[in-house]
Amino acid sequence: MSDKNYLTTDYTLRSWFLTTDHKRIAILYFASLIFFFFIGGAAATAIRIELATPQADLVSSDVYNRLFTMHGIIMVWFFLIPSIPNTLGNFVVPLMIGARDLAFPRLNLMSWYIFMLGGCITLFAILAGGVDTGWTFYTPFSTLYSNSYVIVAAAGVFIAGFSSILTGLNFIVTIHRLRAPGLTWYRLPLFLWSLYATSVILVLATPVLAITLLLMATERFFGVGIFDPRIGGDPLLFQHLFWFYSHPAVYIMILPGMGVINELVSCFSRKEVFGYKFVAWCSVAIAAVGFLVWGHHMFVSGQSLVASLVFSFMSFIVAVPSAIKVFNWTATLHKGSIHFDAPMLYALAFIGLFTIGGLTGLFLACLAFDVHATDTYFVVAHFHYIMVGGMVTAYFGGLHYWWPKITGRLYSEYWARTAAVLIFFGFNLTFFPQFILGAEGMPRRYHVYPPEFQVWNVLSSGGAAILAVAYLMPLFYLGYSAFHGRRAPANPWNAPGLEWQTSSPPPEFNFASQPVVTRAPYQYNEHFQAEPQNA
Amino acid sequence: MTEWRPPFALVGAWLGLLALLALTVTLAYAPLGAANAVVALGIGTIKAMLVAAIFMELRHRSGLTLIFAGAGLFWLGILLWLGSMDFLTRT
Repeated sequence: MSDKNYLTTDYTLRSWFLTTDHKRIAILYFASLIFFFFIGGAAATAIRIELATPQADLVSSDVYNRLFTMHGIIMVWFFLIPSIPNTLGNFVVPLMIGARDLAFPRLNLMSWYIFMLGGCITLFAILAGGVDTGWTFYTPFSTLYSNSYVIVAAAGVFIAGFSSILTGLNFIVTIHRLRAPGLTWYRLPLFLWSLYATSVILVLATPVLAITLLLMATERFFGVGIFDPRIGGDPLLFQHLFWFYSHPAVYIMILPGMGVINELVSCFSRKEVFGYKFVAWCSVAIAAVGFLVWGHHMFVSGQSLVASLVFSFMSFIVAVPSAIKVFNWTATLHKGSIHFDAPMLYALAFIGLFTIGGLTGLFLACLAFDVHATDTYFVVAHFHYIMVGGMVTAYFGGLHYWWPKITGRLYSEYWARTAAVLIFFGFNLTFFPQFILGAEGMPRRYHVYPPEFQVWNVLSSGGAAILAVAYLMPLFYLGYSAFHGRRAPANPWNAPGLEWQTSSPPPEFNFASQPVVTRAPYQYNEHFQAEPQNA
Repeated sequence: MTEWRPPFALVGAWLGLLALLALTVTLAYAPLGAANAVVALGIGTIKAMLVAAIFMELRHRSGLTLIFAGAGLFWLGILLWLGSMDFLTRT
């Protein structure tokens, strides 16, 4: 058998930029997302440095507004939403179902180009003039008062949305049509259930965002009364349309993270996932009910009390399937043979951080508390616990887990574990003080604040410094391992998934022969009970 | 090269849509009171079904495709239902 793999089949730039191999496209996404992550991270760093003192020492209020807007837009649309589906998902979906590639390989490449086009247009807007609307582009600020780059930035997001839709379509068709013989729905790895649910949201919700941004541009350019009440519009309509997409977008971010955690918890406990069918259907339930709760972002917007009550009630309901997942991960850990490898440390961190983020979400679903906490740091802390503590931690966990498969190399466990612990510590030090700041009433989006808030802000900025270092560490040790790491065996974790049954890195068409599935997933029987070989 | 002619169904659906458009505009000026909105929505629904069945060719598609098309409509319904609930109950 040839020792050629997908990385060594061809070395030319052309072979990379015109590839239709899902694995190479995943690498293209991976490199792009690192780029966007560090731009968004640089803005966050500037924000935390500014907030270390109560005065405006570093930037003016105007620049500060542009900074947090840039941080939000880049992180939400160009990192959090595409990260797990487009890198890890792109790489492992065909491998996990025993297929040669995704159903539409050329569409997959086109998705990446569309994503990059959208990203570049948004970056241009940010660098040329900057946008100060916040990542939500709320009207009437975005249609009447903000500078015109807001439309350019929104155009970038609009274009990137098509990439999301195409990726979602590709995953849905792939999971339906290209599963290996014997791979029934209840034998699918739970990561794929969560990606499937995510894809459904991507396909159904993203068009609404695209239409909303288009309407915003229409009103701004042509004066058509859509959101401006002076010409017959309604500003709350924008919020309804925007959050109809953007609340499910939270689940676009977190569902794939939950999927990764299923793989990690099961593998490093050497146990079958507890309540497989419940966990699988909870992904679908979260995707469905997630469409019914967008109004909880609008409790103080002037929305009717009836609507607020309904959305508050629905928000409590959506917590149920999320809680089931957390309980099932805990039950999976129970009496497991737990190995504290780096991916497992990330998974454990995820469970803790996601639980705190989820529970504080319930606080915010309560009408009375939300009125007190709206637009305070409590909200900032809550969604960072979900989106950064949850999703980014899961992304790093998944990246470490599949890294030997992606690169064919093993990384330094010592440095990986150190980074995981530092990320957990730095994250909590950054964001837990923000719950206290919010409860005490410090508003978000302010760059000056009363001196009594400084202690918590200094703690938060100190935590952010640790977090920044911890996020940089994988760049070095994973980067080093990609070129100089020990060669990885085909199955370094002794896991039963199909993706581990091909070589590391996989050959161009994934499998030498079509695999056949004869048993349920996560069957850590005697063969797979062995220690992970990377330990 | 064979000469291609648009199928009758497509032309018929297009003409039907134009006729329904004319009907919508005409009825918008008819003094029907509260029924104006109901009539307009009814005609809109027929137009959407025509587009879905003929132009999107959903009438020839498998059950799975129909489920996804139906899901899109269902979720659009949720957006309109919960969104208009706010508008209708504002004080």
